Amino acid sequence: MLEIKDLWVKVEDKEILKGINLTVNAGELHAIMGPNGSGKSTLASALAGRDYFEITRGKILYEGKDLLELEPEDRAREGIFMAFQYPVEIPGVSMVNFLRTAINEHRSYKGLDPLPAGEFLKLMREKKAIVEIDSDLTNRSVNEGFSGGEKKKNEIFQMALLEPKLAILDETDSGLDIDALRIVAKGVNALRSPDNATIIITHYQRLLEYIVPDHVHVLYKGRIVKSGDKQLAMELETHGYDWIKNEVDSEVE
Amino acid sequence: MKDTLEALGTVDKYLALYDRYRDEIGNGEPQFMKTLREDAIKSFEHGGFPAKKDEDYRHTHLEPLFDREFDFHFSPRKISFDINEVFRCDVPMLNAEVLLVLNGFFHNPSGYKLKELENGIIYGSLREAIRLHPGLVGSYLGKNASLQNETFVSLNTAFAQDGIFLYVPDNRHLEIPIQIIHLLLSDKNQMVQHRNLFVLGQNASAEVIICDHTLSPHMYLTNSVTEIHSAENSQLDVLRLQNEHNNSCQVTNTWINQARDSRCQHSTITLHGGIVRNNLHAKLNGEGAETNALGLFLLDKQQHLDSFTLIEHTSPKCVSNQHYKGVLDDTSTGAFNGKIHVYPDAQKTQAFQANKNILLTDTARMNSKPQLEIYADDVKCSHGATVGQLDEDALFYLQSRGIPRNESRLMLMYAFADDVISRIRQPALLDRISGLVSKRLRGELTRCNNCVMHCDD
Repeated sequence: MLEIKDLWVKVEDKEILKGINLTVNAGELHAIMGPNGSGKSTLASALAGRDYFEITRGKILYEGKDLLELEPEDRAREGIFMAFQYPVEIPGVSMVNFLRTAINEHRSYKGLDPLPAGEFLKLMREKKAIVEIDSDLTNRSVNEGFSGGEKKKNEIFQMALLEPKLAILDETDSGLDIDALRIVAKGVNALRSPDNATIIITHYQRLLEYIVPDHVHVLYKGRIVKSGDKQLAMELETHGYDWIKNEVDSEVE
Repeated sequence: MKDTLEALGTVDKYLALYDRYRDEIGNGEPQFMKTLREDAIKSFEHGGFPAKKDEDYRHTHLEPLFDREFDFHFSPRKISFDINEVFRCDVPMLNAEVLLVLNGFFHNPSGYKLKELENGIIYGSLREAIRLHPGLVGSYLGKNASLQNETFVSLNTAFAQDGIFLYVPDNRHLEIPIQIIHLLLSDKNQMVQHRNLFVLGQNASAEVIICDHTLSPHMYLTNSVTEIHSAENSQLDVLRLQNEHNNSCQVTNTWINQARDSRCQHSTITLHGGIVRNNLHAKLNGEGAETNALGLFLLDKQQHLDSFTLIEHTSPKCVSNQHYKGVLDDTSTGAFNGKIHVYPDAQKTQAFQANKNILLTDTARMNSKPQLEIYADDVKCSHGATVGQLDEDALFYLQSRGIPRNESRLMLMYAFADDVISRIRQPALLDRISGLVSKRLRGELTRCNNCVMHCDD
């Protein structure tokens, strides 16, 4: 489904990603872990299409298409969804208007008519239940005045509504208390299917207790330095990142 | 020196015009009008036009516009047209009493000139009201819109012959809103000066919508005054919708005088216009009075809008809120100059002012200048002004959900404007304005699409 080949990314003259290679197949769940500053969020942004950086080398193929040629909105409508580490507050844009516009844009991309109001509301009710999101939140402006936990739940709620093929969760667990973490995990698990794939980007192993990954990759200094299964995440939990850092740094020297 | 000579030139032109048409302008008017006009023209002669360096007019030099060649008419011209054929209102289906003012004169050829309801409410032609109720009109007209220091008011007072008079006596409520439509329609460039006078008695309430429109592509210059007297505990909502073509120039002067516990909301929504200067002057003259001033403007091409507000807190415990917002595209320019003046005795004043602007291009310009003069010590005053761009993070967030960039931009612009629109108190009107602004932002509302003439640029 997704193939990242030798991806190099520069942010303001500084190389952040230095040759990422990653293949994600349908039905798989990949966790990308790594210490702060290793380039995890840059990788997520490159997939979603944020343009504050420069891609100097490599390519990303998504379902055979050159992803880097697509605008962010087209990536979304092709089935890529990123749950933001810091969801943006947008005063004055109501959640309902935002969600309905998003859904109808997805539908029109597929050549479908807009969803009738009644069906849209029904769909909202259904998906709200998955993330146990407070009904009141959907009456407000997008993320405005939401608590940290509510914002993250709102991301999963949007994901549930848009039913992506490839979901990228950027540090969705950061700042969550244990209850919110469970709800988010439950939402992600409920949405997993053999047809879609998930990339979870995280610093901690905590979330992976609830969402079991098929593959775990460690990103350090802009490269994937280690890959393994869920055991790798447990090792990181026990020993921290230092042993990997030492291993990599000594190789370089 | 050159400036001075030119200034003399334009002022002299209007003085000569007044001299020549004095009798026609004041034909059949009672003595108080003659006195008022004579005082006004003297005051105009004394004051002249604001100099280029005048701090209050720094961003809009109006004199050259007043120096252009225009047609003037001191009696209503017979223009035979079917209003329903040439004009389709942008704010339709409102249950409102529609009053037309055509080229500055009340226009209702087959109906009343002045309507007097059984409960004492009067509305219609100001000219007719001056004739039929000189005592009533005379005790309010010109009493508030000060001739001192305000050249455009003086000029208007000397020349204006008609407009809308609205009188709501004590304890009466205007049941349905009055909608005043100012239309400009002619075969030559034209200058128009009209005058509205709204008087609300104690505990009275009213709602007025004012629409400014151009119906033919000629160059227009409008200098209008709306004078408002709000007695104790009255409530008034005025919404002005400006939608003139890009070749027009408009100076509006709104003077509000509020007594104790009166509440007034004044909104100005500018959808289109060439050069627009809006002066709003509210005087909170009794304890507990409240003013809300809202402004929203959407500019593109080379349009220019200058909003000037002066809120005077002369009495204690009054509240004023100002929310002015603008979206500027292309090479349009805007200015906001908001003065809050709190007098020494006006303790417990609450005065709030916000002016926020979004520039969509590198070439659009906005100047924002809040001015607070506070002479009382127990007050709450705050002001804030921002000029910025659309939030890129918010844009990306919307795009990342599949909403195209252009649509995302529209959503953000609309959200920005909605902060003002959502404060409009009448739900039906709010809906209409909301729809219009949305259309305007999408570029679907060309300045002339309300008109079947479809004149081009």
